[in-house]
Amino acid sequence: MTLSIGKALNAALRDAMREDDTVLMFGEDVGALGGVFRVTDGLAAEFGDRCFDTPLAEAGIVGMAVGMAMNGFRPVVEMQFDAFAYPAFEQIASHVAKMRNRTRGAVNLPMVIRVPYAGGIGGVEHHSDSSEAYYAHTPGLKVVTPATVADAYSLLREAIADPDPVVFMEAKKLYWAKDEVSLPVTTAPFGTAEVRREGTDATLVAYGPAVPVALEAAAAAAEDGRSLEVVDLRTLVPFDDSAVAESVRKTGRCVVVAEATGFAGVSAEIAARVQERCFHSLWAPVLRVTGWDVPYPPPVLEKYHLPGVDRVLDTVDRLQWDDVPDPRFLVPEQAT
Amino acid sequence: MATTNRRRPARSAKSSEELLGFYRQMLLVRRFEERTAQAYTEAKIGGYCHLNLGEEATVVGLMAAIEERDYLFTNYRDHGYALIRGMDPGRVMAELYGRQDGVSKGWGGSMHLFDTDVRQLGGYGIVGGQLPLAAGAALAVSYRDGDEVVMCQMGDGTTNIGAFHETLNMASLWDLPIVFVVVNNQLGMGTTVEVSSAEPELYKRASAYRMESARVDGNDVIAVRDAAKLAVERARKEQKPYLLETVSGRLKGHSVVDPAAYRSKDEIEAVRAQDPVAGLHDRLVGDGVAKVDELAEIDAEIGRIVKAAVEFADKSPAPEVSSLFDYTYASPVPNDSRRLPGEALFPTEPGNQPADPLFPVGA
Repeated sequence: MTLSIGKALNAALRDAMREDDTVLMFGEDVGALGGVFRVTDGLAAEFGDRCFDTPLAEAGIVGMAVGMAMNGFRPVVEMQFDAFAYPAFEQIASHVAKMRNRTRGAVNLPMVIRVPYAGGIGGVEHHSDSSEAYYAHTPGLKVVTPATVADAYSLLREAIADPDPVVFMEAKKLYWAKDEVSLPVTTAPFGTAEVRREGTDATLVAYGPAVPVALEAAAAAAEDGRSLEVVDLRTLVPFDDSAVAESVRKTGRCVVVAEATGFAGVSAEIAARVQERCFHSLWAPVLRVTGWDVPYPPPVLEKYHLPGVDRVLDTVDRLQWDDVPDPRFLVPEQAT
Repeated sequence: MATTNRRRPARSAKSSEELLGFYRQMLLVRRFEERTAQAYTEAKIGGYCHLNLGEEATVVGLMAAIEERDYLFTNYRDHGYALIRGMDPGRVMAELYGRQDGVSKGWGGSMHLFDTDVRQLGGYGIVGGQLPLAAGAALAVSYRDGDEVVMCQMGDGTTNIGAFHETLNMASLWDLPIVFVVVNNQLGMGTTVEVSSAEPELYKRASAYRMESARVDGNDVIAVRDAAKLAVERARKEQKPYLLETVSGRLKGHSVVDPAAYRSKDEIEAVRAQDPVAGLHDRLVGDGVAKVDELAEIDAEIGRIVKAAVEFADKSPAPEVSSLFDYTYASPVPNDSRRLPGEALFPTEPGNQPADPLFPVGA
C-alpha cells in the first residue's frame, strides 16, 4: 500500500500500543486533536486514557515520562516542535541520559521522546530547528532519524522496544513523503546505515531530511557521468562507522550533507570520523554541505539556507577531481 | 489549609518507646552528618556535599509517615533520608566516598543516593529535577490502581523553579497520590526565602493548584510525623496530592565548603537555640521518658554504628577504570571513543588496515 511517513509513524504507535499495554503516548494536543502533524491521530479514540493531552509543560512532560519509565511503563512523549523541546532539555540532559549510568544499571529508562524537527515547511525559527546535535552530544541517549516510510515504522517500533531512552527525530518536511510499503515491516536495526544508491566516484553521507536531497543530487550527477553513492545513516547514535568507512574507502571521496548548522554539528563529527578511518583512501578533504551558521531564516530565505541539489553538486565538483600529486611529496623518480 | 497537629504525646509506654526510637534515628543522622563533614575535610569525600544538620526532626518525622511500599524522591540533601529509609550506613558512607561498595557503586555520590530495595528513587542534584519524575511515578501507580504513595521532598528554593509549578499543576489535574514536602530551612544557599519568594509562606502556593497544604514546625518530630501522615493517608485513600511545608533551620552552610558568611551571629544563635536533637533530648529528660545517661548510651551506640560505616567505606576499593564504560547504555552503542593508553583506536571495526600504525589490532 502507499503510505506517508506520518501515517507509518501513526501505525507504529498504534501497533506498539496494541501489543503492549505499558506503552503510553502523551504530550501537547496529542489526544483529541491527534497532534499538530496528526501522528497520534485516532490513538485517544482507540486507547482511551493511554493517549492523553498534557498542559504546556515540556520539562514536566519529559520528567513524568522518566518517572513512569522508572515505574514499569514505556512512555512515548511528543514535543510539538524542535524548539519546544528546549524547556525539557534539563530533564533530557541531566536525568533521561544519565539515570542508568548514575544508578549503575539499577534503572533503565525505556522511553521515547518524539521531536518533529528541521525545516523546509516555511516554519520560521522555533519551528524549524535541526536540534539533533544537542542530543547526539549527550552520552546516554540514542538518536534516531528515519528518512523512508519503512524506516519510519520500523525504527519507531524499535525505539519503543529499546531499553534505552531514544530521541526520535522526525523530519517535518518528510511527514508527507510517500512510498509503497506493506506493514508491519522490519528494516535494519539501530546502528546500521543503508546505502540508498550505489556509486563509485564519491560518497554522500546524509540523514533525515537531507537524504532525499542527496539522492536527487546523485541522480543529477549521474546525468553528468559522475557516480555518487548515497549512505543514509538512519541512526546518529549508534553511529555506523563501518558502513560509512566502507563506502568512502571504495569511492575515495566524501561529502556530508546535513540541514543543521555546520559548526560543531553532527556533520563535523561525521567528517572527523571519516578522516580518522579513511585517511589513506581519500583523494580529497571531506567536505560538508550544511545550513549556514545563522538562526533559522524566514520562509522567503529558507531555500538558501537549506542544502539543495545545486549546493551539493557544487561541493562535489570541488573534490579535487583534476588534482595531480604535489611533486614536493613524491620520491624523485616519480616526479618526472 | 489543614491545621497542624501540635499535641504533645501522652506519656504512655508506647509513645515513650516511639519517642526514644525517633531520638535514636535523629541522633544517627546527626552523628553521621558530623562524621561526613569531617571526612570531607579529610578529602575522603569529593565533589559537593550537603548535610541534614538541623533537619533531623523533619527527616525522621517524614520517614515515619510513609510505609515500605511507598516511594521517595528527594533533592541532593539526602543522606538522612537514605539512612532512615533503611539503606545501610556503611554503603551510604561508601557512596559518599565514591567507592565500589556504595549504594550506586560510587557513581551517584552524595547527591544521588538511590536504592530501589527501599524504594528511594534518588537523590537529585538539580533543583526541581525530581518533581516531574516523582509525579510520573505517582501516575504509574495511579494507572495500576496501586495503593502506594509517592513522597517528593524539595527545598524552599525549589518553589520558584518552573518544574515546581508544572508538576503541581499536573499532580492536581490528574489526582495523583503524591505528597510534596517543602523542607523550608529558610535559605536557598545564601538567599533568604523573603528575598526570593513573592509569597514567603510557601505552603500557600499550593492553593493556585487547588491543592491542600499545611505548614508545620520542622523541629518537632511528632508534629512533622502527624502532619505528613495526614497528607500521606489522604493521598492514599482519596488519590489527592498534598503540599506540606516544614520549617526548620540549617545548622551549617549550604554545603560542607560553605562557611555561611552571609549569616549574622544572631541568626546562627537563633537556629542553634532550636536545635531539634538537643530539643528532643531535653524533652525526653524533662518528661521523664529517659535519663541523661540512658541517652548518652544511645549516643555511644550510634557512635559505634557511624564508626563502623566509616571503616567500611575506607576499606572499600575505588571503582575500576573499566567501569567507566559499563552502564551508559543498556544495549551496545559502539561509537563511543573508549580508548585507554596503549589500546587500539578502533578495535571492533571491520576493514581496519593492519599495515596502518593507527590500527594495531588485527595486525
